[in-house]
Amino acid sequence: MLDIQSQLFESADLRLGPIDHEKDPQVESQWTHDSDFMRLMETNPARPLSAAMIKKQYEKLEKQIEEDKNLFHFMIHSRADDRLIGKAMIQWIEWTNSNGWIRLGIGAAEDRRKGFGTQALQMLLRFAFAELNLFRVTAMVPEYNDGAIALLRKFGFVQEVCRRSALERDGRRWDLYVFGLLNEEWRSRSRAQEER
Amino acid sequence: MRDLFRGELVRLTLEEPETRARAEVQWQRDTEFHRLADGDPALLNSERKIKEWFEKQAEEGFKPDRYSFSVRTLEEDRYIGFLGLWVDLIHSEAWVGIGIGEREFWSRGYGTDMMKLCQQYVFAELCMERLSLGLHEYNARALRSYEKCGFRLEGRTRQEVMREGRRTDVLWMGILREEWLQMQNGDGK
Repeated sequence: MLDIQSQLFESADLRLGPIDHEKDPQVESQWTHDSDFMRLMETNPARPLSAAMIKKQYEKLEKQIEEDKNLFHFMIHSRADDRLIGKAMIQWIEWTNSNGWIRLGIGAAEDRRKGFGTQALQMLLRFAFAELNLFRVTAMVPEYNDGAIALLRKFGFVQEVCRRSALERDGRRWDLYVFGLLNEEWRSRSRAQEER
Repeated sequence: MRDLFRGELVRLTLEEPETRARAEVQWQRDTEFHRLADGDPALLNSERKIKEWFEKQAEEGFKPDRYSFSVRTLEEDRYIGFLGLWVDLIHSEAWVGIGIGEREFWSRGYGTDMMKLCQQYVFAELCMERLSLGLHEYNARALRSYEKCGFRLEGRTRQEVMREGRRTDVLWMGILREEWLQMQNGDGK
């Protein structure tokens, strides 16, 4: 059966939504004041950003989405209290080669390790593979991001590349891993889980 | 001091916008060349458009993270290709892309000589910790050349590119500054 009844943007506890230009800048500004989060999410230097700057970033982002047509961006909300808890995106999509890069972050420390990342990634992958019909997705993760690595492995991502000593933080060099998941791998896992 | 811009077969220059545009217009017609060097679709841009890009670059100067060179042979002073670097100053890493548009200079050591100059520039002048590159798995000639230059294969993103109806891998390679230094010392003895 063609499963168009089950919602793409809703899971048990989460909802994916667009940017709220009024409410979201304040929340995301708080996330940028947490250097731990920023260093898990970005390879660019962590720096605190005001809500006003985040607001500008959103405007730039929406312009880029409209012009480049190779980026999909979601805000992650908890359904219980409609709180903004994170963001997820598929970027740098090469349509001719049918691949894209995924990124996902749960902003506040107290929201992590609660299974939100799993639910969000599940929605993001279904969107990538069953809506955009991508052939594969790729994710880049520093070796110190244990949470992300465990999450990717849980979904069957394969570590394809180890970029040795590609990142410098806290006075030492770190490896940067590249993980990949093919559409057919995702599909056969999903099928196996349904049958179980 | 080392001569940064002179190798055994080639030297690094920066050609004028009109010279570069004239060459690019020829090179882009060679789709085998394009498909070896790039993952994007082959494009045919007008000479005027290409010249405008180079002129804009000349007017504005290079962005701090961009270094590009033209490549000429030492022997006949032929303009044969290009070498471009993207530099991440924060994490001390550079990415390189090279191409030889003039086919008669393929498979004759020119690419390897270009890459050696590139490594010297990245490690001795830009003082980077790491140099990275990516290539198509079907580009066996490039792979051999890069291995000769001391790059290590660090993995492959499976079936990332679609060519002529077939999926092919992209190979990722890297060399660290200390590895390059070791090679230099080894060569000297």
